[in-house]
Amino acid sequence: MTELADALADALGASRVDHLTRLSGGASRETFRFEADGRPLILQRQRAGDVRDMGVEAAVVRAAHANGVPSAELVASSTEPSEIGSAYMVLSLVEGETIARKILRDEPFAHARSVLAGQFGTALARIHATDVSAVDGLQEQDQVAMYRATLDSFGHPHPAFELAFRWLDAHRPASTRRTLVHGDFRLGNVMVDQHGLAAVLDWELAHIGDPMEDLGWLCVKAWRFGSALPAGGVGTYEQLIAAYEEASGLTLDPDVVRWWEVLGTLKWGIMCIGQATAHTSGVARSHELAAIGRRVCENEHDLFLALEGRW
Amino acid sequence: MSAPHDMPSAAELVEAVREWLERDVLTGTQGRLQFHTRVAINVLSMVERELIVGPEQAAAHAARLAELGVADDAELAARIRNGEMDDQAEAVRAAVWASVRDKLAVANPKYLSAE
Repeated sequence: MTELADALADALGASRVDHLTRLSGGASRETFRFEADGRPLILQRQRAGDVRDMGVEAAVVRAAHANGVPSAELVASSTEPSEIGSAYMVLSLVEGETIARKILRDEPFAHARSVLAGQFGTALARIHATDVSAVDGLQEQDQVAMYRATLDSFGHPHPAFELAFRWLDAHRPASTRRTLVHGDFRLGNVMVDQHGLAAVLDWELAHIGDPMEDLGWLCVKAWRFGSALPAGGVGTYEQLIAAYEEASGLTLDPDVVRWWEVLGTLKWGIMCIGQATAHTSGVARSHELAAIGRRVCENEHDLFLALEGRW
Repeated sequence: MSAPHDMPSAAELVEAVREWLERDVLTGTQGRLQFHTRVAINVLSMVERELIVGPEQAAAHAARLAELGVADDAELAARIRNGEMDDQAEAVRAAVWASVRDKLAVANPKYLSAE
């Protein structure tokens, strides 16, 4: 830790780095909190084995922040391993809560809960209006083809997923826009305070694609965290869509959002296989990751419920 | 039961460890370690359920696949993808749904009861 603190002070040109504390460690990156000359900051450091380019993510964070998306400010970043040992980003600290369970149940967030669905719609419209023409390396993704390939690469065929792919292929909506897509917009990846949305976090899956992907993903059942409200656990489809329409001036088709929700449910199921594979392959040995492998069937179950009457 | 092994059974051994985690470890930990203890308890509960109902579920799963004329999930998945199961779509969905529910009964029974 002392070594990392010294390297951070060097990289930031700070005279001192204090209170360096590890907040969380996922399969692809670690997050730390620290102070540089008294300023509270966040460090996100990439783990060995993660192939994503953190430089692209840093550029996206800067562009979204400049366009008024509620988000942390990028303070420093580098993809040079020589600076602190791996690619990293240093961001301004935004105070608040990220744990979905607390946001959905605790009393201090009662007001936030009543306004979050609308704020999510507004923030998404702003993300999708962000100019990323200057961001090099931001990739356009065909999400269906991408997750088909990801699933196949694991070598664990799932009949329920094949049924879902067949449905998705047969009902694919014509895409009308290509924009910046956050790629993982949901409770857990947003900072919430008592007033509601404080910052959109975790831009590592950002890409170019159909903006409706973000709305559908937000409505996937796993991201309701047990709440009965479909839009991120905090609102109705109508509230989310109305706020987005007001902020963007566009008219949305709820059936298109639903198609992306079905794809999102399938994606999370495939990601669960990936998390378990991170454990079984030895990339990150963890019984928590291993256990996620047995959550695949929750998504298969949700796919059947979402497609009931729509086959 | 599981000769040549002595009692307790595999399920009972796992149960014993789970009970210890619940009784002594959970109450003596906090934060990340307590969370990871909860995860461990859930994992062991899952293993207990699988040890008990697994063999029966495996037989039922094999019977459903045989009914559809496929050898395993890999063949079923490939034939769904190729459109070869389209003429028995209803039966395929019913069989897959039954397997999904069996998996949930082991992995997370609460998910089924919350339907």
